[in-house]
Amino acid sequence: MPDGSSYPIVRAENLAKQVNSPEGELVLLHDIDLTIVPGEAVAIIGASGSGKSTLLGLLAGLDTPSRGQVWIDGTDLFALDEDGRARLRGAMIGFVFQSFQLLPNLTALENVMLPLELAGRSDARDVSRAVLARVGLDARRNHYPKQLSGGEQQRVAIARAFAPQPKLLFADEPTGNLDRATGKRVADLLFEINQELATTLVLVTHDETLAQRCNRRLELETGRLKVEA
Amino acid sequence: MNTLALAMRMLRRDWRAGELRALALALIVAVTSVTAVGFFTDRIDQALHRQANELLGADLLIASDHPLANELRSIAHQNNLRSAETLDFPSMVVAGEKTHLAEIKAVSDGYPLRGKLYTAPQRFMPDAPVSGIPQPGTVWLDAGLLGPLDIAAGDRISVGEAQLIVAAVLTREPARGGDLFSIAPRLMLNLADLPNTQLVQPASRIRYRLLVAGEAKNIAAYRTAIAHRLKPGERIEGVEDARPELRTALNRAQSFLGLAALVSVMLAGVAVAIATRRFMTRHLDNCAMMRCLGAVQADITRIYVFQILALGLAASLAGCMLGYAAQGVLAQVLGTMVTAELPLPSLQPVVFGVLTGMITLVGFALPPLLHLKHVPPLRVLRRDIGAPPASSLTAYGFGVAALAALMLWQAGDLKLGGYVLGGTAAALLVLTAFALALISALRLLRHRAGVAWRFGIANITRRAQGSVVQILGFGVGIMALLLLTLVRGDLLKDWQKSLPADAPNRFLINIQPGQVLAIHDFLTRENGTEPTLFPMIRARLTGINDEAISANTYTDERAQRLVSREFNLSWGAQIQSDNQLVAGHWWSAAEHGKRVLSVEEGLAKTLGIKLGDTLHYMIGGEEFTAKVTSLRKVEWDSMRANFFVMAPPGALDSYPASYITSLYVPQNQPELMNKLVKAFPNVTVIDVAAIMAQVRLIMERVSLAVEYVFLFTVMAGLLVLYAAIQATLDERIRESAILRTLGARRGQLLTGLFSEFAVLGLLAGLVASTAATLLGYLLATHVFHLPFSLNPWIWLTGIVGGTLGVGLAGLLGTRFILQRPPLEVLRNSC
Repeated sequence: MPDGSSYPIVRAENLAKQVNSPEGELVLLHDIDLTIVPGEAVAIIGASGSGKSTLLGLLAGLDTPSRGQVWIDGTDLFALDEDGRARLRGAMIGFVFQSFQLLPNLTALENVMLPLELAGRSDARDVSRAVLARVGLDARRNHYPKQLSGGEQQRVAIARAFAPQPKLLFADEPTGNLDRATGKRVADLLFEINQELATTLVLVTHDETLAQRCNRRLELETGRLKVEA
Repeated sequence: MNTLALAMRMLRRDWRAGELRALALALIVAVTSVTAVGFFTDRIDQALHRQANELLGADLLIASDHPLANELRSIAHQNNLRSAETLDFPSMVVAGEKTHLAEIKAVSDGYPLRGKLYTAPQRFMPDAPVSGIPQPGTVWLDAGLLGPLDIAAGDRISVGEAQLIVAAVLTREPARGGDLFSIAPRLMLNLADLPNTQLVQPASRIRYRLLVAGEAKNIAAYRTAIAHRLKPGERIEGVEDARPELRTALNRAQSFLGLAALVSVMLAGVAVAIATRRFMTRHLDNCAMMRCLGAVQADITRIYVFQILALGLAASLAGCMLGYAAQGVLAQVLGTMVTAELPLPSLQPVVFGVLTGMITLVGFALPPLLHLKHVPPLRVLRRDIGAPPASSLTAYGFGVAALAALMLWQAGDLKLGGYVLGGTAAALLVLTAFALALISALRLLRHRAGVAWRFGIANITRRAQGSVVQILGFGVGIMALLLLTLVRGDLLKDWQKSLPADAPNRFLINIQPGQVLAIHDFLTRENGTEPTLFPMIRARLTGINDEAISANTYTDERAQRLVSREFNLSWGAQIQSDNQLVAGHWWSAAEHGKRVLSVEEGLAKTLGIKLGDTLHYMIGGEEFTAKVTSLRKVEWDSMRANFFVMAPPGALDSYPASYITSLYVPQNQPELMNKLVKAFPNVTVIDVAAIMAQVRLIMERVSLAVEYVFLFTVMAGLLVLYAAIQATLDERIRESAILRTLGARRGQLLTGLFSEFAVLGLLAGLVASTAATLLGYLLATHVFHLPFSLNPWIWLTGIVGGTLGVGLAGLLGTRFILQRPPLEVLRNSC
């Protein structure tokens, strides 16, 4: 739920991305302008290839735009170098991915600890155990990703995303790899914790029911933002 | 951030998952092979340093080929030094009807001044250190003499004209140490008994030594005092230059075995590079995710640097421990030839081992891993994005440079190192071209093979680059083993075959002028052939034309050796049948008695002697000058007595001479030589077969040691295979899943896998056999000048060994692929 202050946590202006392909220049995103305020839950929807993931990548600073700007909490994202953006991500942003993206060589607990350790937190273990308990996986903390089911892996990923209490969470098709029932349980958990911690959520999905649980929906069509749905 | 803890945690997990196994094993093999050689040579080196005075039996000695002046002894006493004397020479020992060659050593009271003699009351009984030397009238014998002479302690033997009693079995003698350079077992007697033997004659070849010991400052003073008093043929040996022949052998062993070990390091580097590539691919996702979670590039770098250092250190230390265990084998095979007791090694080889391990790892693994920091975080959304490709020059250039530096260091001298590097590079180029040609030839075969074999062969040609590396890896290992076993055996056989069946197999030396006729008659009567007895006059070359020469005149090692010892001059009216005149003319009857010489062309070349030169010799204190009027080529392996320098009859008559002859004694007449020695006790019989057996033993032991070191090369080759299998594992698992969904049976898939590795092994065997045969041919025709014969066993062994060895090893490494259910594989990979 938006916290009432109108100072945007994410602002994009004229954001565009084009790549060179054998057929010539391919425009992935056309001049996107958008604003997301703290506490909001925004769904980015659209068909496959509409540019959803490209937009998410740019908003999170995982990729650089062809032109345009993005401010995260007032910081000009692309004025920073790659390491600067990594620091900003470490300090403010959490991620949940369709394919979970857990490090296979670390246990569930170690995966959750990773962002806290990268940020130099000395309480990484205690915090991580608490968050793992919150997603109901304390008993499985010493399991490796491949010993966990898909739903469990995504719960670990959610715990990892929320553990550093980020201001902003990007989720890319978080239920895309899960069956309907598991997907629903994972989505419930995501929204519950999101509300508990008042995190701003940016969710990419083509799942209409999931999108409907957000405050706002932004629909992309061949790289253009349609009027807000 | 606690990167170190994180790095260690990831390392531990990667280790448990088996991801680092190939990397670590490659390092362990590399370090094991290097340290095995390092520990072994270090032990010998220490033995030479620490026990130097024991090896000398003194703190300083003067060695000479003629009796030493009394002055040297008195100066030693003036300097408060203790002294002792020894004389040694080969001679026959007679016991009843049996005779045997022995290295006689006559020692004076006080010997040895450093170290101890050990004796046992009888053979096979425990030994103990003794003080003192054999009592007059008694001798101590090496156990190696008791058996052949069929005697025990208490029995009577004769040495020359003296009758002596065997008082004890000599088990250990400091100055003798190993058995590498001795041609016969030892007999030690009291110097006081020597005159009774009547073996010391004017022309006998005897080594005289004066040993001194005492305080360091007195030794130094003595050394200075006598330095300018030494005559030609006299040499000082101190603790720092004790046993020069051992030092030379050690230095050679060190560079040669070290370089052989580096072949394993080279292959290990390749295995490390391949394994790292896979490690890197598997870590792309991790890196992208860590970047997403806020890791900066420096964090990624730190994590991998820590991991590499920790892994490198652990694997190198493990390699050092294995190397220590492995050196025991080398010490067993070679060490006993050098010195009786080897001290424990120092830690220096560990330093070199760890350094080698780290250089290999850092050189071949770190550059690609450091590249991981460039993985874009966007990869978490788009799997197809990897790190931007690094040029292989930056990736492996450092590793190759590091290896080259290690080689130069190991070779110990820039020139040799340069040759080795150049040779290695050239050989790799040639072998690579050969391997590539073979792989192309495979493409032609592909359409004629069945489906499983076609699939296997297709895998080799598709991964041509990796296949070449593996073929070379195995090829070099197999080639080395073939060279050391089959080719070496062939060369030896060819040489033996090149000798006529009745080539002389005994040399008789120390024949006195008065015995010439009697021995001539004896041999003509008893052996049925008329022998030629050649006079021998010991002479030292002191000048060529008007220039004085000494060992320092020459830089060539052989020239130095030749000049520092005495030559045997001989004379004859006719040129020997196995000699061929290459320049000048042989003397006519009119020139008999003239001061002219005929010189062997090899010697002339080494010492820079030309036709027409005047040579100056010292013979027993008198000068002898003569002109070179001819150069000869000598067929040394005719096994007949031959001489570097010959004079016409009459030119050297006035100088003291002893005589030599060579003869063929049939196997069925062993008693002939016993009879001869009993009749002429001062004559020494040298059994060529026994010396050949000794040489062969040395060759066998040395090549066994080298083979052992090359076993690590084969192991490193297997690791290249293992790493290559690991690197293509994901691909193979997917391929076999697809094939199985298409209806391939287990047997077909296994045949496909086996065929791929078997063909790889076959190609490696082919490369190895070709290279070994080619090297064998070059050695035979250019180095040993022997007729070359093709040995089909080299091809059979190399190819069958390679095919089966690599085929089975490959199958073993991949067969579990078939145990994964295809559905699971295909689901995971989509």
